[in-house]
Amino acid sequence: MYAYDEIDRTLVNERVSEFRDQVKRRLSGELTEDEFKILRLQNGVYLQLHAYMFRVAIPYGTLATNQLRALAHVARKYDRGYGHFTTRQNIQFNWIKLAELPDALEDLAKVGIHAMQTSGNNMRNVTSDQWAGVAPGEIEDPRIWSELIRQHTTLHPEFSFLPRKFKIAITASDHDRAAIKIHDIGLRLIKNEKGETGFEVLVGGGLGRTPFIAKTIKHFVHGRDILSYIEAILRVYNQYGRRDNIYKARIKILVHELGIEKFSREVEDEWQHIRNSSLEIDDEVIEDIRSRFTYPAYEKLPHMPDELRQAAADPDFEAWRKNSVAPHKVQGYSIVTISLKPTGGPPGDATAEQMDALADLADKYSFGEIRVGHEQNLALPHVAKRDLPALWKALDKLGLATPNVNLITDIIACPGLDYCSLANARSIPIAQELTRRFANHELANLIGRLHINISGCINACGHHHVGHIGILGVEKNGEEVYQITIGGRADESAALGTLIGPGVKFDEVADVVEDIVEAYLALRERPEELFMDTVKRLGVEPFKERVYATR
Amino acid sequence: MTSPLEQKKIKIAGPSIVTANRTWDGIVVYRTTAKSWSADLSEAAIVRNSDEAKALLAESIADDVGAIGPYIAPVQVGADGKIEPGNLREQIRRTGVTIGQSAQA
Repeated sequence: MYAYDEIDRTLVNERVSEFRDQVKRRLSGELTEDEFKILRLQNGVYLQLHAYMFRVAIPYGTLATNQLRALAHVARKYDRGYGHFTTRQNIQFNWIKLAELPDALEDLAKVGIHAMQTSGNNMRNVTSDQWAGVAPGEIEDPRIWSELIRQHTTLHPEFSFLPRKFKIAITASDHDRAAIKIHDIGLRLIKNEKGETGFEVLVGGGLGRTPFIAKTIKHFVHGRDILSYIEAILRVYNQYGRRDNIYKARIKILVHELGIEKFSREVEDEWQHIRNSSLEIDDEVIEDIRSRFTYPAYEKLPHMPDELRQAAADPDFEAWRKNSVAPHKVQGYSIVTISLKPTGGPPGDATAEQMDALADLADKYSFGEIRVGHEQNLALPHVAKRDLPALWKALDKLGLATPNVNLITDIIACPGLDYCSLANARSIPIAQELTRRFANHELANLIGRLHINISGCINACGHHHVGHIGILGVEKNGEEVYQITIGGRADESAALGTLIGPGVKFDEVADVVEDIVEAYLALRERPEELFMDTVKRLGVEPFKERVYATR
Repeated sequence: MTSPLEQKKIKIAGPSIVTANRTWDGIVVYRTTAKSWSADLSEAAIVRNSDEAKALLAESIADDVGAIGPYIAPVQVGADGKIEPGNLREQIRRTGVTIGQSAQA
């Protein structure tokens, strides 16, 4: 966990006070909506279909139990008893009253949570690997660097009025769980030949109307130079990024139009001006941040405790353990992913009761810490293996032990037309139907790792471009129509999916996915060949033929 | 969502209303013939040509404190005068989400 200092607390509290005054002036008519809109967006407040939507940041996806309880409190007191965890380590509330928002913000500020820069054309929440600090083989905890960037960029005047929103993600493991290649800047922590910590810097990734996979702009930037290098990128973006056309304003378009070589030269020139300046990070600064991250006092525990050995006889427990429990860097401990994808449920939703109960479980079994991942699931990062059977039983009672992590029903979906004012089609009902179709866990396990991503419009909040099977809802002649892509992925081998043919109707989507899955099961050479391996081997044609042969 | 400015240019194809969200709590409201806002679609003022629509929209935009984001939306009017939303988006705005548990207040 990260312990906030007095400066952090003062900043957050002052912001609440400021916003309370702005809301008061808006409701009295002193501020027009045109004047107020940018102010509310700077505090994470959107207007959606039914009401105001309030987006709260969970920096690098780390939550303390008192923070999760505060989110539950907001869901219960100010909303309809739910929160929705998103793909960018945020949580959204969908039915907040503007008049009550300052109170909600004040309640969150008491536990160090805020909504700054969760919307608007600025630097958004810096995201990271939800297993940061506990993943085996990690270079070092990427949250230290995420926190450095968060501190530098929060309310930074030069980054507050960018051409468009700007997203940074950091990973420190070989396996990328932060989807860095679909971010404006992706950072991969590495060590150079001298053993020094630094970053591979990628730039220009992003989905939406014009999707791109990020390109490497610099193979190694020393840790002490990372702020100046990022600032150099932002300055070039601020100077050349388009502001006349919202659809061409993201840095990915600039990188694409200039070409990575020319863009890189511009950044390098800018960097040479600023790298040996106050932006160079002293070791003391990093050590101060590092010292504010506290880690559990792990016990010395056996690799295979008796409790785990005995529980292995229970096939239900084993089904859950196989998909939800991952290795930890400390022997005797595990990382437990908690699926927020129950059969028939909206992906990423958690009730206030579930959040409170999870906080209790995190206190009991995970040193008071919870993580939020971009797949819209939660995780307990420090669970002793001996506690896994008891934790599983407790989660099961809460409806949070669905054994489907990384399987076909672990679906990422945006809120879609049920909530979002930008959406053209519904996403959540499609996800719900698919979780019912593939509710049989034996079948899901037989299929193996397969990620479905669903977006309700071209803005791609459900990351459909990088789903192994991607589903994009569009509107055609007043009806919802869904385009299907195959072969996308968001990990270290990130790729965009290929469209397989004409869109299909709402009622046909689940059938189409079933067809694709059946084709895969028939085409794979052996049970270990994953869906993506089959697609890589055969391309999309066999799937396309199967889907459209009878349509 | 089409902005009110862009909507000033469009021609309506059938009976339409002006809808928005109430400023203080964000709920869906409809412009009424009494020049106020109501959460009840049956109280919405119906417009049937583009001049009427533009006028109703302009009046709605002028009430900046009462509601935000006003725009023209299609409706269907039954023989009995009953007003129903004219598309899925407006149906969802009127009756709530289509996804089960989260729909409950």
